[in-house]
Amino acid sequence: MTNFKSFMANLPARIVLLAYSVIVLYPLFWTVTASFKTTTEFYKNPWALPKALHWGNYINAFNKANIGAYFLNSVFVTAAALAISTTLAFMAAYVIARYDFPVFQWIRKLYMVALFFPVAFKIVPLFLLLNQIHLLDSLWGLVIVYAASSIPFTVFLMTGFLGSISKEYEEAAMMDGCSRFGILFRIIAPMARAGLVTVIVFNFMSYWNEYIMALSFISTESKRTLTLGLAYLMEVQRYATDWGALFAGLVIVMVPTMVLYALLQKQITSGLNVGGLKG
Amino acid sequence: MNRNLKTFLWTCTLPALVLFLVFDLYPFVRAILMSFYSWSGVSDVKTFIGFDNYRTLLHDPIVWKSFKNNLFFLLVVPVVTMGLAMLFAVMLMRSKLKERLFYRTTFFFPNVLALVVISILWSFIFHPTFGILNSMLKGIGLSGLTHAWLGESGTVLWALAAPMVWQAVGYYMVIYMAAIEGIPPDMYEVAHLEGASQFKQFQLITLPLIWSVLRITVVFFLIGVFNFTFVFVRIMSDGGPDHASEVLMTYLYGQAFSNGNFGYAMAIGVFMLLITVVLTFLSEAFMKREAIQY
Repeated sequence: MTNFKSFMANLPARIVLLAYSVIVLYPLFWTVTASFKTTTEFYKNPWALPKALHWGNYINAFNKANIGAYFLNSVFVTAAALAISTTLAFMAAYVIARYDFPVFQWIRKLYMVALFFPVAFKIVPLFLLLNQIHLLDSLWGLVIVYAASSIPFTVFLMTGFLGSISKEYEEAAMMDGCSRFGILFRIIAPMARAGLVTVIVFNFMSYWNEYIMALSFISTESKRTLTLGLAYLMEVQRYATDWGALFAGLVIVMVPTMVLYALLQKQITSGLNVGGLKG
Repeated sequence: MNRNLKTFLWTCTLPALVLFLVFDLYPFVRAILMSFYSWSGVSDVKTFIGFDNYRTLLHDPIVWKSFKNNLFFLLVVPVVTMGLAMLFAVMLMRSKLKERLFYRTTFFFPNVLALVVISILWSFIFHPTFGILNSMLKGIGLSGLTHAWLGESGTVLWALAAPMVWQAVGYYMVIYMAAIEGIPPDMYEVAHLEGASQFKQFQLITLPLIWSVLRITVVFFLIGVFNFTFVFVRIMSDGGPDHASEVLMTYLYGQAFSNGNFGYAMAIGVFMLLITVVLTFLSEAFMKREAIQY
């Protein structure tokens, strides 16, 4: 009897939650099915499922819309920016967390304030700066501005993680004659693995999904990143109406983040509590 | 400080600092300075014109229209998002549903998708001829309610707000869930024994105890809304129809990159910055309450 009672008590909540689940999931399901539809199927009935898996859209996305090249550009920019921002921010955060000299505490405060800079505000001056140093319309230029833009956040998050590691390990390693850099990369880095994974995941998402800077700084077609290519594809398809390829493109962008989310779901959602808000 | 240590400390901090100073702080400062000049960006001719750009701005009807649209998003999106997020968080934490993890995972998911993907996807939901919203309305016999959602000035702002809420609800829900988890369960037990209703428990226990978290999320969200409206507006409606969905950021962008008015664009940027600062302070002041310890 108590089982039934609690079932009934939970019923209203359950209905609301299920309804919202449909609102979240159906558009995603619709995107995936639409990516397998032929153009005629697409126009006929938006609710119907495709008769067969029409892989042609994916082939079109790669051949005609050049999605493959955009994919590689995104991989390159994301990987290079991750390598730079993670390494530099990790080293800086270690010093800020461990050494109590005023100058490093000032740097920490500077990064804290910078967390509140609106991205949009610096697009125009960045554009001019990149133009002056000949890094406009260059993937390396994009790498550098991506890495720079996430320094404050990454240092902020890493400082919290590193502060919680006991100092005894370093002292012991120091006795054994390990160099300071040796300690940093061979002892601290493996111990801070959870923190590193969290910042890497966060920054991966923001680089992989970034649009405003790519739009502003990249003009050559072959240098487009995935999100940029997709946005252009959308504009082109308004006239060409090859919607299938566009949906295939959407799925191609979604898959890496989906996989990462499935694997690291816990880290992503628990990083939220440690990172942004309790600080 | 011994020399060896000094070298180590600066080798660690300097590279990040230089990157930050050159590509974050310098553009920020330069943007402010630029707003006092008349400059096309391409030519070398830069004329100092003092506050002229700001004077133009005050009499530019599109600036005020964009400003109103910004305020619409700043008000509607956080209120609806946080309302839903709070409702779901309380439901998931207070009722012991077995499938709790499923909802948590599902609701959070849109947050990891690219804003570009979400914008394109929702453009199709709102598509006048083969969008799922209109065809659903027709299917349940409400053909009268169909709209060209993104093409009519009466509906476009709401149509843009929907995906913004959709992508953010799960994020705030997860934060609120973590905050609620930190509340000692015996407080609820006592309240339950005293006969307090679920609503009373929310009002007298949950809300006051997670207030500080709520406050921080409001500030973060306001800044976030400023940043992400650009992507939604640009891809879904491009400011149209007839500037009905223009926001300051899209207007700034057009002034800089289409019209070449770099100085004027940066004055709009400074105006945006001021709004963010004022809003941050207002929401801080507005939400000020005694912190409650437990």
